[in-house]
Amino acid sequence: MTTRWEHFDHQADIGIRGYGPTVEAAFEQAGLAVTSVMVPVERVAEDSLIVVQCEAPDLELLLVDWLNGILREMSAKRMVFSRFHVTLDGTRLRGELWGELINSQRHEPSGEVKGASYYEARVWQDEDGGWVAQCVVDV
Amino acid sequence: MDRSTLIRKSEWAWEIPKTGRMLVPGILFASDALIDELDNKVNEQLSNVAALPGIVGAAYAMPDAHWGYGFPIGGVAAFDPKEGGVISAGGVGFDISCGVRTLLTPFNRCDVERIRTKLADELFYHVPAGVGSTSRLNLTKSEMTAMLAGGARWAVEQGFGLPDDAERIEYCGQCDDADPDEVSKEARRRQVEEMGTLGSGNHYLELQVVTEIMEESIAKAFGLVRNGVVVSIHCGSRGLGHQVATEFARRMVMEAAEYGIRVNDRELASVPAYSPPGKAYYGAMRAAANCALANRQILSHFVREVFKRVAGEDPLRLLYDVSHNLCSLEEHEVDGKLKRLYVHRKGATRALGPGHSDLPVCYQKTGQPVLVGGTMGTASYILAGTAGGDRLAFSSACHGAGRSQSRSQAMKQYRGEDVIEKLKRRNITIKARSFRGVAEEAPAAYKDVSAVVQATVGAGLARMVAKLEPMICVKG
Repeated sequence: MTTRWEHFDHQADIGIRGYGPTVEAAFEQAGLAVTSVMVPVERVAEDSLIVVQCEAPDLELLLVDWLNGILREMSAKRMVFSRFHVTLDGTRLRGELWGELINSQRHEPSGEVKGASYYEARVWQDEDGGWVAQCVVDV
Repeated sequence: MDRSTLIRKSEWAWEIPKTGRMLVPGILFASDALIDELDNKVNEQLSNVAALPGIVGAAYAMPDAHWGYGFPIGGVAAFDPKEGGVISAGGVGFDISCGVRTLLTPFNRCDVERIRTKLADELFYHVPAGVGSTSRLNLTKSEMTAMLAGGARWAVEQGFGLPDDAERIEYCGQCDDADPDEVSKEARRRQVEEMGTLGSGNHYLELQVVTEIMEESIAKAFGLVRNGVVVSIHCGSRGLGHQVATEFARRMVMEAAEYGIRVNDRELASVPAYSPPGKAYYGAMRAAANCALANRQILSHFVREVFKRVAGEDPLRLLYDVSHNLCSLEEHEVDGKLKRLYVHRKGATRALGPGHSDLPVCYQKTGQPVLVGGTMGTASYILAGTAGGDRLAFSSACHGAGRSQSRSQAMKQYRGEDVIEKLKRRNITIKARSFRGVAEEAPAAYKDVSAVVQATVGAGLARMVAKLEPMICVKG
């Protein structure tokens, strides 16, 4: 299983999907997928660290909480992120978000993501043992 | 959409018959062409809504409907709280009280042509737009609470507008059933620097010229004249509304089962409107709506300042301000009985008919102005609510063009620079902070707004009043 992310089609909004050898890696990639809806992540410097913590009874809820945690910090701190590090302890998640203040000229952000929805929210293990985490985000 | 699953009720209305867990049928308002374009997922999503407890009448889809998350966009659903009727955060969406407001200018097309560049530049400079933008406002804790309770009226009291603006805004500029105490610290934190910002995506500030008047008497009452120029603002409740929606959608997912509500899509999670979480959401959502009303009021003030500086005119007059993502407690007649219902409109505009007690005196005879936004390259329309609209879909109408192409498809197919150049040749000035954002919002990625409006009028949901074409469009 390669570690990567992708967007999948949705008529009005955007589907985001992360792949990784572990749930943590898939969540990190899903973080990159959601950030990439707004900015090209390769243009974002890893200057500052923000920590997001959440807890949920199942992986789908935890994924949506995690993504909404990223979106909340982007909005409240006017930042964009380019690297994520996730650690899971049972149903608890601790995520490190590395990024910088948004710079409209350099980052050229397109539409802001308003929130991660539960629509198509799924976290599963593929036949080859790798993990996939996906949902639809509202743009 | 597969027509074999539908029963045609009239030229403009189609029924999804009640099957399985559905409590009421689904009704789609559309022309032949729009029905054929519609994805089957709209059918699926509307049928899911029709299965939610306490739904009355039918689950409706406006002619601009497309599939969303949970509820379809362009969906209208009303629930009777006395029959266990629910309220759903997913039924309103993330951008609570996203809406359109239109301001009348004393100018015609030629007047604006003379100052087009200057106006476009000044509006682009003075109206904060785009991801991460901030305004010069920074609300204190008590100001935030006052704003959440007071809406546009609060903004007018702070000097952002004229006293008579309020009556030309839905709910007279203030949802008085808001409960600011239900708005979390996190939601407030996201809004500290976001008051008076336009946002991004499909939000816009547009100068539009009236190119056609279809109903002279109503247009006159609305203050619209042929060749006259108006300003339309499309935006919502910004970060605060997004956070309120996020928190309550989660709470409903967690608590729905306690009320015996099970759904096959978590995004449809709902709780009884009269339950503690239902009441808390209603209060918070209405407070977020006040945030949107205040936001559009402040943006109008920035626009008025620019016009005053560039054109030296008196303040622009407000035509109307209407939300298209909202749930409101309204009285409607169902099976001959007057009921108080929680009416969810997600990507649908309220469209009150003439004589409705919630309308200001100036629109009592005409019905409510219905503001339908197009794309940056196509027409927008101003319609009016009809007397028969209440029986058709709880006095609701379409809200815009509706997407026909996904954002990723649009990004692959169009370049922002090309879109801007093409529109320039049609004498439409685009001022945008992001070429990528422009590509996503390319006019060709949307349905034909004229067809949507034609179906809305054909179905009797609203009356055609005026057609507007874009001149200057400011995007985030």
